[in-house]
Amino acid sequence: MNNVTVGKIEVRNVNIYYGKFRAVKNVSISIPDKKITALIGPSGCGKSTLLRSLNRMNDLIPGSHMEGSITFHEIDIYEKSVDPVEVRRHIGMVFQKANPFPRSIYENVAWGARINGFQYRLGHPSMDEWVEICLRKAALWDEVKDKLRSSGLSLSGGQQQRLCIARAIATRPEVILMDEPASALDPIATLRIEELMRELAEEFAIVVVTHNMQQAARVSDFTAFLTMEEDRSGILVEYGKTPQIFTNPVDSRTEGYITGRFG
Amino acid sequence: MGEKQEPLFTPTLLRRNRSERFWKILLQFSTFIGIIILVVLLLNIINQSFGYVAIGYKVSPAEIVDPGQNLEKLSVPQLAGIIRQRVSPGLLKQLEKGKTLEHYSQTELVKLVIEKIAKPEIVQTWSFWQSLRMREEIRREVSQLPGTRLVFFSWIRPDILISPQSSNPLTAGIRTALLGSLWIILIAMLVAFPLGVGTAIYLEEYTGDSTLNQAIRTNINNLAGVPSIIYGMLGLAVFVRSLAQLTSGAWLGLSNSESANGRTILSAGLTLALLVLPLIIINAREAIKAVPDTLRQASYGVGATRWQTIWHHVLPNSIPGILTGSILAFSRALGESAPLVVIGASTYITVDPANVFSRFTALPIQIYQWTSRPQPEFRNLAAGAILVLLALLLSINAAAILLRNRYKRY
Repeated sequence: MNNVTVGKIEVRNVNIYYGKFRAVKNVSISIPDKKITALIGPSGCGKSTLLRSLNRMNDLIPGSHMEGSITFHEIDIYEKSVDPVEVRRHIGMVFQKANPFPRSIYENVAWGARINGFQYRLGHPSMDEWVEICLRKAALWDEVKDKLRSSGLSLSGGQQQRLCIARAIATRPEVILMDEPASALDPIATLRIEELMRELAEEFAIVVVTHNMQQAARVSDFTAFLTMEEDRSGILVEYGKTPQIFTNPVDSRTEGYITGRFG
Repeated sequence: MGEKQEPLFTPTLLRRNRSERFWKILLQFSTFIGIIILVVLLLNIINQSFGYVAIGYKVSPAEIVDPGQNLEKLSVPQLAGIIRQRVSPGLLKQLEKGKTLEHYSQTELVKLVIEKIAKPEIVQTWSFWQSLRMREEIRREVSQLPGTRLVFFSWIRPDILISPQSSNPLTAGIRTALLGSLWIILIAMLVAFPLGVGTAIYLEEYTGDSTLNQAIRTNINNLAGVPSIIYGMLGLAVFVRSLAQLTSGAWLGLSNSESANGRTILSAGLTLALLVLPLIIINAREAIKAVPDTLRQASYGVGATRWQTIWHHVLPNSIPGILTGSILAFSRALGESAPLVVIGASTYITVDPANVFSRFTALPIQIYQWTSRPQPEFRNLAAGAILVLLALLLSINAAAILLRNRYKRY
């Protein structure tokens, strides 16, 4: 953690509960801007829960609550005065299973911008241009420019996931959370998503949960390794630059996991 | 494969295939029985709806016109002359209230001659099956009755839709009943659809799984199983009695001596709205529940509020299911008679309902009333009305299917 100064998102002493069950225990982590941070760890260690807490998606799960603080631009996003709807606009999300809206490709991108008050002003892009910009950033424009009015569900799995990424960047977030974005895709589509993540990292802070350690090693700048304790609550074991975690881990549990001895 | 003996498995494939065949035949049989019952029902109704009718006249049309002339081909002055000659002065005065007979059209006059002078009456009716099988016997029988004409009659005919209730089966129709049914269903829809869908949205999208909410859900499910006559009693107590001021239209000064007691279209519509409300809530909840959660997450993920998520994603994706369920609920309401009887449907109305504060009757009530009459002709008429009701229900269900397909674009 020595190389990370003040991050885009600061997670401090966070505990997350589902009812009485503690899913995440006392995690502190600093998410750097314009870098890719990977969360790795065995199934059930709370990495998805931690990811979803970063834009308050956990609020939607009945019975969940959290302790500790998560600050974004020096504001605790769990403060009473903060509206989770506004948080999610600035911290976008891409889900494990591509879930485009059952609408046209154009609408998929435009809708999020529109409901957040996108308005054409002189010298700014129009909605059509904005949709094109976002689709280009998601490396999808060339494939869909002739069929913007056809359903988002008519695309292939990899295209759908890139459409979801375009949808996420259409609200101009600063951070994009990705929950195993390539786990349902074939290797070629996965590669495209990974390339895309590298491109997007020039503009956004990206946090990605992945089961695929090669993927974490390939794309991420920083890696956090989580595991679970005896009581099945997730803890952060080690967090640092990716090469260091993968070549010279400090903790023996990290080493065991990445060399495939457990998990 | 052969039935080679293996130590761990005994050969059972033969036995399993036998039981497979047994269950298949049993299931086919039950389907077959269901189809038979439906076909018999339909055939029975059709059998009653068509057939020979022997019509006798007070005055035979042949006597009215001069020999060699055809009543239908007579001119207006000739017809007017016949009417002047034959009807009582009082009736003539009534007929000429607005305009003299010469100003009526030819077809109107022919109709008047038949209705007021010839006065046709049904002597006997035969079912469709009898008409086909015993044609000659029927012809012979009728030819022995003087002044009687045998016609092949379809009890379901355009006239039945536009003529009001009457004591003469030849002119009686379902106009008032049909209008009553449509009015009642319209009111029930306007009340129950928004209420039901709103409740379903609230229960599915806003509330958690607290004990209170579970109790509410269970109770709504139970309400759907309450017999319809109980809803009739509820409607009688609440809408007809307690809210008589409201449902009779007295608060608008619209009530008259006939409807002031609250037994109005409005009361009937509200009662049926209560009846279908639980069904609509249950159906709409199922439809909303079927919308995948990933869609909601996607919507929240781009910074949508709860209502934006519901309005833009949950509702458009569940509306086919909601509409189908609701329309089926309303088609059930269309066939309900018990609650309407309890809240006081009229059985004999000859004037169209003027507004929602009018007395009412409905198709099922009319059918019931006709089948319970002693004259057999009314049973034929009831069969015709049943066909109309069935056609109405079928077209409503077809509308449900069309709507569902229309909204399933993606």
